[in-house]
Amino acid sequence: MLQDRDRIFQNLYGYGDWGLAGAKKRGAWDNTKGLLEKGGEWIIHEMKASGLRGRGGAGFPTGLKWSFMPKPDPARPSYLVVNADESEPGTCKDREIMRNDPHLLVEGCLVAGFAMGASAAYIYVRGEFIWERERLQAAVDQAYAANLIGKNNIHDYPFEVIVHHGAGAYICGEETALLESLEGKKGMPRLKPPFPANMGLYGCPTTVNNVESIAVAPTILRRGAAWFAGFGAKNNAGTKLFSISGHVNKPCNVEEAMSIPFRELIEKHAGGVRGGWDNLLAVMPGGSSVRCVPAEQIIDCPMDFDSLSKLQSGLGTAAVIVMDKSTDIIRAIARLSHFYKHESCGQCTPCREGTGWMYRVMERMVEGRAQKREIDILFDVSKQIEGHTICALGDAAAWPVQGLINHFRPVIEARIDSYTARADKDAAKIAAE
Amino acid sequence: MSTRRLAENQPESFEFTPENRAWLDAQIAKYPPGRQQSAVIPALWKAQKQHDYWLPQKAIEKVADILGMPYIRVLEVATFYSMFNLEPVGKYFVQLCGTTPCLLRGADAIIRVCQERIGPQRQVTGDGMFSWAEVECLGACCNAPMVQINDDYYEDLDAASFSKLLDDLAAGRPTHIGPQNGRLRSEPFGGLTSLTEFYGADGKSGPLSDMNAAHQPACPEK
Repeated sequence: MLQDRDRIFQNLYGYGDWGLAGAKKRGAWDNTKGLLEKGGEWIIHEMKASGLRGRGGAGFPTGLKWSFMPKPDPARPSYLVVNADESEPGTCKDREIMRNDPHLLVEGCLVAGFAMGASAAYIYVRGEFIWERERLQAAVDQAYAANLIGKNNIHDYPFEVIVHHGAGAYICGEETALLESLEGKKGMPRLKPPFPANMGLYGCPTTVNNVESIAVAPTILRRGAAWFAGFGAKNNAGTKLFSISGHVNKPCNVEEAMSIPFRELIEKHAGGVRGGWDNLLAVMPGGSSVRCVPAEQIIDCPMDFDSLSKLQSGLGTAAVIVMDKSTDIIRAIARLSHFYKHESCGQCTPCREGTGWMYRVMERMVEGRAQKREIDILFDVSKQIEGHTICALGDAAAWPVQGLINHFRPVIEARIDSYTARADKDAAKIAAE
Repeated sequence: MSTRRLAENQPESFEFTPENRAWLDAQIAKYPPGRQQSAVIPALWKAQKQHDYWLPQKAIEKVADILGMPYIRVLEVATFYSMFNLEPVGKYFVQLCGTTPCLLRGADAIIRVCQERIGPQRQVTGDGMFSWAEVECLGACCNAPMVQINDDYYEDLDAASFSKLLDDLAAGRPTHIGPQNGRLRSEPFGGLTSLTEFYGADGKSGPLSDMNAAHQPACPEK
């Protein structure tokens, strides 16, 4: 089990002081200048060596991403943008960082911004997180007051941190939609290339990172890449915040070592599955945008990127949604289809039309008011959406439906049979009358 | 996608209060020169808060004038983002999360309370006190089911605690923001399973425990 002293988020539950004094007591802002003096190249090298993979869902190596930024150009500033638009159903980890340990994020912005030659960090917080945003702003204000960031700060690297917010649009978690929104437009994803590292915010080189990826950086640099790389399986390094929700006895956020087996994670921190392990039906291990995994496949699976992708699912944001046998799995997935229909930005036809189409069919499948051949049509349509849109929302809408059909086709068929039997009986009654 | 239109009955005019206008100027200064359009969401949000939590057409035009944007660009933003209410809402506007993690934990029961106590979605009660809407994931899934009422999250609800919450709001009694079952944040109910070295199993008895800080409202300035 991960030792408490090896946990990065030491005020995850807010029982300690969120402010600067408390954060310093826990080790934040400790010799940050010494880290910067080792140089940007050293920082990027260490981040690569630590094996940190982006915590926003895609799992792209963070150090590598930072290295894509062009050399600083005085005529064209570079920006770090932090994606705090946490909206993936099941995910609620960045919220805890922002309200309980915000200085880890502020310090991370400085360190990451320095490494990539950025002049400012914009933190884009989802609109609904009003108190979290105020708390984060208060921490930023403390950092300015203590001269840790700003024009002539004690770290000798001029750097601004700006807290920005959205207004309720899941799509703004997609990095280029986020940039559009930050520029004051509708959050519609951009075509790539050009990639943000060349043309991002205001047409300038930009790197967009998740809150957790940035917040862990200073601790990794202080304790060393080897320390971080020592947790988890090969290629899946580090510690990770897991958001455990759904049918467990004690839903919670927790920081654990990567690659912890599912059963151990749930037993140790979430009080086990409601009604015991025999009552487990399925799990969505990485938020709503991954395919569900049936109980028998997930129970002993290590919770990391590679192990879960072998099960045609994914670690995503490590939002573990647990469903027990009382779940109407068709309805659970249909509700996600509603979510994607609602959140599609409408830019690409396959997604705009397809998400609504899938939702309407899924609603009938919940009742059983469908033909069995429609299951294959639904699967086929989901494949027409997947990979045919500018951003990954189309894929994200398709995968939960595909997971349902792959693993629970007999449940859908039984629902259709029972609806048909009822309908036939009613028809016979009417005919007899 | 969802279709959203402006309300039929619109006020004649909209002006920011001097305080809000000064606040908005400070927001605009956060962005590079010439990039004042970046402040459009904060500006609309402030206008909405000033205007009983809904956004009239005149406010949209006012924001466009201040930021030097064509009206249509601001209208696009106002209709794209779901937090902008384009029609009047109740004094207490309940946004109920109905997405799967909350659904699994019993959001249906909370929806039934809303239907019985408040009525159909997006209709303001006769006394103007309440309205409600089912929204998509609000990002508090480890504290499901939950609602947001105006700015505040109320979490770990059940039908009884939610009914009581509505009673308290209706009667003007103070409410407890956050989890309604005694949890502080999203730690496991009934005792920590990690970080005990620093905070003890109860969170309150370790060397780093600071219950003053812990009970500070999540927003320090309010």
